[in-house]
Amino acid sequence: MLHPANREAMTPYQVFRRMTETRAGQLGVFVLFLALLVAIWQALYSLQVWPPYTLPSPGSVGETLWRNTENGRIPRAVGVSIRRLAIGYALSVGAGITIGSFTATSRLADSTVGKVVLGMQSLPSVAWLPLAVLWFGLNEQAIIFVAFMGSLFSVAISTNSGVKSIPPLLRQVGLTYGASRWQMYRHIIVPGMMPSLAGGLKLGWSFAWRSLMAGELLFAGLGLGQMLERGRDLNDMSLVIATMLVIISVGLVMDQLIFGRLEHWVLERRGLSSK
Amino acid sequence: MTADIRPRHAGTEARKPLLAVQGVTRRYEGNRQAVTALEDVSFNVFEGEFVCIVGASGGGKSTLLNIVAGLDAPDAGHTLFDGEHVKGPGPDRVLVFQEAALLPWLNVRENVEFGLKLRHTLLADIAAKAERCLELVHLQDYQKLHPHELSGGMRQRVQIARALAVEPRMLLMDEPFAALDVQTRERLQDELQEIWMRTRSTVLFVTHNVREAAVLSDRVIVMTSSPGRVKCEIPVPLPRPRQMDSPPVTGVAMWIRAELQHTGPAGKEPAIASPS
Repeated sequence: MLHPANREAMTPYQVFRRMTETRAGQLGVFVLFLALLVAIWQALYSLQVWPPYTLPSPGSVGETLWRNTENGRIPRAVGVSIRRLAIGYALSVGAGITIGSFTATSRLADSTVGKVVLGMQSLPSVAWLPLAVLWFGLNEQAIIFVAFMGSLFSVAISTNSGVKSIPPLLRQVGLTYGASRWQMYRHIIVPGMMPSLAGGLKLGWSFAWRSLMAGELLFAGLGLGQMLERGRDLNDMSLVIATMLVIISVGLVMDQLIFGRLEHWVLERRGLSSK
Repeated sequence: MTADIRPRHAGTEARKPLLAVQGVTRRYEGNRQAVTALEDVSFNVFEGEFVCIVGASGGGKSTLLNIVAGLDAPDAGHTLFDGEHVKGPGPDRVLVFQEAALLPWLNVRENVEFGLKLRHTLLADIAAKAERCLELVHLQDYQKLHPHELSGGMRQRVQIARALAVEPRMLLMDEPFAALDVQTRERLQDELQEIWMRTRSTVLFVTHNVREAAVLSDRVIVMTSSPGRVKCEIPVPLPRPRQMDSPPVTGVAMWIRAELQHTGPAGKEPAIASPS
């Protein structure tokens, strides 16, 4: 608590720091910060540091954003990209958890499949694109495959380490109460690996999203990546920046609304989070 | 508790033990040499008995309990439970661990219900049994808390409630109070005594604390360490409830300690017990 006598003497810095103590305050500070960034941008534009076709004004980007939202281009592109992401990601979560549980429970699998998975993770998933195009052709499957490969390994690895991190004592608890193989999996392994898996799901989705954007940039009709590419083709810097903003916003919203909450919820239940 | 209505032929046959440990030996392969944790251990536990196994820490007592629980297997000898060979863990023998082995993602109530759920007990029965067991360990007001919000003593109470809930034929307790501070420990010993007087379950309780053994048990099995062997059995025919500091309990505790101090590793001079 602040002493009443000090209340008037608060500097703006202290005011902002106190605002971050509540959730609404955090949002407010964030919005103010964004406004500051836009103001700097506007200032740079007004000072004519770079020619307008390299750095358009915030106003013209906003106008492009509005126009393309109104004529349905942005919503359609977002829809197409998210649909691809959802399919690729869902498949990779299923496959990743399967691979991860398998490698975590069998030493043989861990020293074979597990090692390959670790190696594969170092391959940027957009590098799968040429292979995907040759396999599937220039179509939807190829681009979904790239998103799939983007998150597969991080989901598999986090599942693996999640299963391995379960203390043997908890397995013994399951055994002494006569848990069957299936019950062991359902009641001990799956909940036990959740903290690690939640982190992997979050990481995996962001990898999938980035891979998808890279893939769409290189080829594939519609989608946000393609919109970016069109901006470059038309030398329309406003469109490029507007699309980037949309990609960032989608990422931020997904991260905060879905994965941030999932992670927080899992950690809180386990007493692992500080808040 | 229901009365045993089977006809008894007094004197015609010996009472059949619920648990018979016969010549159990267990060795571990160490780096340089094999360690014999248990050597030719034999004893019986009868229905409704509270038996303590007392021995120095690290003397193979936990190994013995794990073998009875079916989590470990002996290299020689065998364990008979109700006349049948123990081949693996079974719902009739439930182990209470020294560490607070609660499932961290479940709250107190869900932890107590854990064993019942695995057994597909009817939902209404689960609720009633969990309620009753939470009451037995005085935790009915803490049902919604998660293990990380509980004290060490409360966690062990949850473990005991979880084990009682499935009504095992035998409760196996592996130094359940060893990690607690003295006050909590004595409170829980009192509570366990109280619970036992109400339920009369069969209990096999491992401890290195002689007073704990004297207060709780009907019979004490004293074990030597490295290798773990049964040294002797001490009956404790004292009436309950017993007070921790009462002279008879203290006397039994001193007797157990004296037996323990004559059980150093082979070849060593036995220390002289000096009860003061």
